[in-house]
Amino acid sequence: MNSDKKPQGSDCFSLLKELSETPGVSGQEDRIRARVSEHLAPLVDELHTDTLGNLTGHRRGSDSPAKRVMLAAHMDEIGLIVTRLEKGFLRFAVVGGVDVGALPAQEVTVHGRADLPGLIASRPPHVLSQEEREKPFAQADLFIDVGLPAGELAEYVSVGDFISIRRCAGRLGNGYASGKAFDNRVSVVVLLQALHILQQRSHAWDIFAVVTVQEEIGLRGAKTAAFQVQPDVGIALDVTYAEQQGATAEEALPMGSGPAIGLGPNLHPVLRKLLVDTAGRNEIPFTNEVLPGNSGTDAWTMQVSRSGIPTALISVPVRNMHTPAETVALKDIERSARLLAETICELPDDLSALALDDQA
Amino acid sequence: MNELLKKLSKARGVAGHEGAVRAILREELAPFVEELSVDSIGNLIAHKGGSDAAGQHRVMLAAHMDEVGGMVMRANSDGTVKFRSVGGLDPRILPGKRVTIGPQSVPGVILRAPHAARSGRRAVPISDLLIDTGGAGGIEPGDMITFESGYEQYGKLLKGKAFDDRVGCYILAELLKSEFPCELVGVFTVQEEIGLRGAGVAAYTVQPDVAVALEGTVADDLPKQNDVSPTTELGKGPAISVMDRSAHADRRLVRILTETASDHGIPWQIKQPGVGGTDVGTIHLARAGVPAVAVAVPCRYIHTPAALMDPEDVKNTIQLMSKALSGPLGRPLRAGWSEA
Amino acid sequence: MRALIEELCGVFGPSGQEERIREAIINHLDGLVDEIQTDRLGNLIAVKRPAAGVEKGKRIMLAAHMDEIGIMVTHVDAQGFCRFTTIGGVVTNALIGSRVHFANGVEGAFGLEGSPIARERPAPQKLFLDVGADSRENARVQVGDSAVFRSSFGAVGDRLFAPNLDDRIGCAVLIQTLRELKSSPHELLAVFTAQEEVGARGATTAGYGLEPEIILAIDVTATGDFPQATPMEVALGKGPAIKVMDRRMISHPKVRGWLESTAREQDIPYQLEVLEFGSTDASAVQVSRAGVPAGTVSIPCRYVHTPSQVADYNDACGAVRLLVNALGGEYPQ
Repeated sequence: MNSDKKPQGSDCFSLLKELSETPGVSGQEDRIRARVSEHLAPLVDELHTDTLGNLTGHRRGSDSPAKRVMLAAHMDEIGLIVTRLEKGFLRFAVVGGVDVGALPAQEVTVHGRADLPGLIASRPPHVLSQEEREKPFAQADLFIDVGLPAGELAEYVSVGDFISIRRCAGRLGNGYASGKAFDNRVSVVVLLQALHILQQRSHAWDIFAVVTVQEEIGLRGAKTAAFQVQPDVGIALDVTYAEQQGATAEEALPMGSGPAIGLGPNLHPVLRKLLVDTAGRNEIPFTNEVLPGNSGTDAWTMQVSRSGIPTALISVPVRNMHTPAETVALKDIERSARLLAETICELPDDLSALALDDQA
Repeated sequence: MNELLKKLSKARGVAGHEGAVRAILREELAPFVEELSVDSIGNLIAHKGGSDAAGQHRVMLAAHMDEVGGMVMRANSDGTVKFRSVGGLDPRILPGKRVTIGPQSVPGVILRAPHAARSGRRAVPISDLLIDTGGAGGIEPGDMITFESGYEQYGKLLKGKAFDDRVGCYILAELLKSEFPCELVGVFTVQEEIGLRGAGVAAYTVQPDVAVALEGTVADDLPKQNDVSPTTELGKGPAISVMDRSAHADRRLVRILTETASDHGIPWQIKQPGVGGTDVGTIHLARAGVPAVAVAVPCRYIHTPAALMDPEDVKNTIQLMSKALSGPLGRPLRAGWSEA
Repeated sequence: MRALIEELCGVFGPSGQEERIREAIINHLDGLVDEIQTDRLGNLIAVKRPAAGVEKGKRIMLAAHMDEIGIMVTHVDAQGFCRFTTIGGVVTNALIGSRVHFANGVEGAFGLEGSPIARERPAPQKLFLDVGADSRENARVQVGDSAVFRSSFGAVGDRLFAPNLDDRIGCAVLIQTLRELKSSPHELLAVFTAQEEVGARGATTAGYGLEPEIILAIDVTATGDFPQATPMEVALGKGPAIKVMDRRMISHPKVRGWLESTAREQDIPYQLEVLEFGSTDASAVQVSRAGVPAGTVSIPCRYVHTPSQVADYNDACGAVRLLVNALGGEYPQ
């Protein structure tokens, strides 16, 4: 990304497509990290990879010493892992909350000694009893077929090799796009776009843009990153459920309605108000994501790091979560990036401005 | 029985909305403690140096300010409200209850959708319940929902809402009004009911040598067909936790409390192991670990609009903690371990 | 080491009450380490400093948990029968027919409410414990007392049978490693952890307090080598397993690579492990502070969390060889 190029719809899609198609299953994020690094490097002063593999870009603010805001967008995606080689086929376990119902007949990439294309195999319905056909497939009914004979398979694949979904991202109508790993590559795009906007702006605070790992298996990267960075404020970037058939109206947000600003005990009320006011001032449409408990995002672990961190959450609505066909409205990505950039410019000089009063 | 306890019980505060409870405690305690501060998540931390400046032994006492309740997910145009619980609510006790919503205290009643009322075979989940406000307006998504319930005397018992854990807050406030030899840090925590969130953060900051969580806990002393545990029983004194789902108590602290009680003729009981969890769960894992235990006042029907407790148990819990803090709890734990 | 495994399997130590097993382990550490301490949660920490003049070493935490699963009494009824709750992930299907014993030597047998003919999968609330009493007053146990599974230690050839190989076999492997390790460039923090079975609590606080640069857990893992097992490559007798992933953690690739290359260089048979259920102390230490590179050496064990666990002695010996060779050399740059 060049700093003189204004982010536009087409740019946003090509970046999203590139990041979506780069593999990065939780615990094996090296390829997506390398790809994100290329985009992040020109936007920050320093780039650092930590013990667990979080990628942290440090962009200095104008104050010295400056207060610190940590942005967290996870780059890992859910996937599969080889548990056993069985007569030329692979057995697997899930990494993260994979929707097993969306797996049968899906193409995958097995990251063995080389990347092997494969597909998730199941027995044909013709040979099954009526009773068997009516049940959804269980994980134990499924294999991966990479088309290699048993002897050769062992040369390329071993227990513990990761497997990612094989799916190109594509545009749909109405400015929508669909692909794999939009959870949470969408937010990585938001993060990069926001830093891009900030190239032209002055901000007092230091920004620690952390592209976290292992979020899908328990918010593990954000936990250690928050401890390391010790920020004064944390902002998590993630995706949330968009309206679709079967989702309850009170828990899903409309596509194309702008970023969702998290609301609930996980999120700091004064910081949240700063986001809401900033959105209003800049005429950025937004919705509220009401979260009565665990937000299930990096915000949940950032809030309780060390002596506690005022934390906010910006989410982009996505349909078909945790399937190979996650769908997003591209304009929501750009609006989220604007909201994030504007909020960073509005962070207060004095932390007492974020003190809780007894109203909340 | 008591104005402070009444005020605390009636104050509205689910996780993330503890401000009203915090305000009461801040005002109450200002004359008695050396320092009062509020951290980023909302814990109120009260500090007393202790009379014995040489013996640097820091005791953290924790009581949580939040109560179980609900949160508005969506306000419909017809005056009904979709909601979810904040903390563990039993959906079976909800239909027909009166609630109070949001900062403007809008009253409402919990309805069941007619089809759900007819079925009657399985418990209706909270997602199928509605609150009817009559269309008063003034309700926003994210507003808190609390039960409406009076504070009154029932025979020899006290009835009110949110005894879990306003009774702990009351006991902690009373203890902070006394002088003890050890350094005392009273923490009124937030967000206990959604995962013991405030206490862990506070323990990281406070770095205590030992900690005690003060609680209102389950009493299941209704008549039963089988001879099984009542969890705790009203009137039988403070309930001490050995093990629950969140922590194993430090066995030395359990012994200090039971021996102190016995020495001073204070009744005590062991809470049914394996049930519930307290702020000890996060406190004892803070930094390199904190020896900790939970002591609780038995309450019938906690997590409903109207709990009952015995004022004698409250008195005895304060008594036990005072004696312990003046005695072995206020001194460093003996080093090393042996079979307790 | 066989005698050591048998000895440790015979010592009482449910989670939260590790005093006796800690003492038993301390007795074997004499002369093997430079310093021994017990921390605030009851973890036993044995420190072995690097040979003088060595500078390239790391600060490595080795964790084997000394606690075992068990039960705790929740109520004693008028007839002297006890109700109980489980400590750790006890497989309740395995309770009927097994025996427990308490710290004071009292034995307990499990019973199930109702007719023996109508027995189905037992709901935990319907089980009770018979402790040989006929009234509450003469029951020699009270609410809050813990008990552990107790069946005799057995062996058929190299197959070992015991109720608590999880993780006494790991404790034995760690002690044996300290015995056989002549010198190491590393500072070794051998931690016999408390309360692993209830959520790796001891390792959480020890990991914070010790600030290691690398964490290796030594624990048992499940196998896929019995009828209709969950598909999994690990089998008894094929060597120690090097963990790739479990329910809570993914091993650091460099730590895993270090263990794998050591095994290959020394011709130690090993297996790679992907475990879909359960985790170890390493998962807790991995996310301590700013993060610690983590790995696990596992000893394959069938029927974990039941009162009859089976492991292969050769796998434990392989684990010792693997650890001695890895720790005796440098950590790869």
